[in-house]
Amino acid sequence: MTLEPADRVDAVPPSGIRRFFELAEEMDDIISLGVGEPDFSAPWAAREAAITSLERGQTSYTANKGKRKLRERIARFESAQHGLDYDPDEEMVVTAGASEGLDLAFRALLNPGDTLAVAQPCYVSYVPGATFAGVDVLDMQTRVEDEFKLTREVLEQSGAAEADALVYCYPNNPTGATMTGDELREVAAFCREHDLAVFADEIYADLTYEHDHTSIASLPGMRERTVVFNGFSKAFAMTGFRLGYAMGPEEAITAMNRIHQYTMLSAPTTAQHAAIEALDSCLDEVDEMTAQYDRRRNYVLSRFDEMGLDCFPAAGAFYAFPECPWDDAGEFAESLLQEEKVAVVPGSAFGEGGDGHLRISYATGLDDLKTAMNRLESFIA
Amino acid sequence: MSSPREILDLLEENARYTTEDLAHMTEFTEDEVENIVTQFEDAGVITGYQAVVNWDALETDGERVRATVELNVALDRETNYGDIADRIAKFPEVTSLRLVSGDYDFDLTVEGDSMREVSHFISDKIAPIPEITQTVTHYIMESYKEQGMSFDDRDDDDRLSVSP
Repeated sequence: MTLEPADRVDAVPPSGIRRFFELAEEMDDIISLGVGEPDFSAPWAAREAAITSLERGQTSYTANKGKRKLRERIARFESAQHGLDYDPDEEMVVTAGASEGLDLAFRALLNPGDTLAVAQPCYVSYVPGATFAGVDVLDMQTRVEDEFKLTREVLEQSGAAEADALVYCYPNNPTGATMTGDELREVAAFCREHDLAVFADEIYADLTYEHDHTSIASLPGMRERTVVFNGFSKAFAMTGFRLGYAMGPEEAITAMNRIHQYTMLSAPTTAQHAAIEALDSCLDEVDEMTAQYDRRRNYVLSRFDEMGLDCFPAAGAFYAFPECPWDDAGEFAESLLQEEKVAVVPGSAFGEGGDGHLRISYATGLDDLKTAMNRLESFIA
Repeated sequence: MSSPREILDLLEENARYTTEDLAHMTEFTEDEVENIVTQFEDAGVITGYQAVVNWDALETDGERVRATVELNVALDRETNYGDIADRIAKFPEVTSLRLVSGDYDFDLTVEGDSMREVSHFISDKIAPIPEITQTVTHYIMESYKEQGMSFDDRDDDDRLSVSP
């Protein structure tokens, strides 16, 4: 046989905005509002712990599920921060980023031919991840008039009652939408009524600005049907460490760990040492970074308002998702890049439901943000 | 909910933020920001606005010399620390003056155009003050961080320009 891509890989098309990515990479001196990661470096104490672990020669594999000390710290953090209580020995696996956790869940907990309902617009990996697992995808388009929240109406109209599982991310990438406890209660009731498993991507849980994050797993009757994903990339600004974790019922975690132990073996050891320190001593820095994002969010939303650019009040993560003043957001983003050297991502990159919008990341310093907003304003004037 | 304290944090971060910028970043209107800043200025909470300058990065022929000086003083019944501080702080060469705990009493920073100028200032103006019993001068050879700002070259942002 020749080295042709397998059918399930062929079934995943390259990103529709690949040309745009390439264009952005070729240009110098652009101000990018297109980056989905913090502009802060990881807290110094965490970096120092990583260096120390290397100096001490702590370079071997860890337990498949991750270092016990790290799992204990995660359990304590999740309990204090989000009211979630998981057994660090049986109900948790440390992964190479939350994305690996989601991939494990799709493959370990769904069978080929099962249906995964995906709340869109969404992080770009959910649909390809499901396809790689041989799982059918049911699109659920959240609506701007609902502030991109997942409502019972959206669940019902999209036929989610027939699905086997549901995946969502709140606070959301790309919209910045969040869900309150009451709003999640409706989703939880629907999932219980129709026996849906839930994959709750909570990677932005600690980046909320209007209200505290509620995890669906903390709601009655949901713990047993939910796997929660989180990690250190966003709140702790540790994207390059590639460290996340999944928490759920023992049976689910055991199944996920079965794949993990044969593929990843264990998450990066150095990163695990950094993460322990991050949880032990860097929570104040998370608060400081969150306060900075909040100021930037206020700035961006206020400028959109002045420009007459409609944007619902994004209340989490570090994205704003305004309506695009042109019909074709891809064309708009490309022209903005070429004429004003400002990179934003067209909403269509995150699924059909993102059409007509722009994702604007405010994980960029205020001075650059100000210049970019001035350029955007003169571009649409 | 924004608080006046937030305006202080922002100005400490960057004193060049305009009233308009501050209003965009907080829940205050421009008029409210203006009032808050004026109140802080009037109350002496904001005492001035300065740039953090890395003089070493300025490519000129001229030299700018700074030294930190440890001072020990002997007090008597008529003279307290405040009296001595008043006297020293008036010299324009003194850019900061602090009473500190530990092996010496005052810590001051002195600036001049040459080592000779700084040395003369300390020996001619500071050391002769009767209450001063000892001076130890440390010339600053290189500054790496001032007022919370690092002077090392900022790492280039090598994140992807666009990422999903």
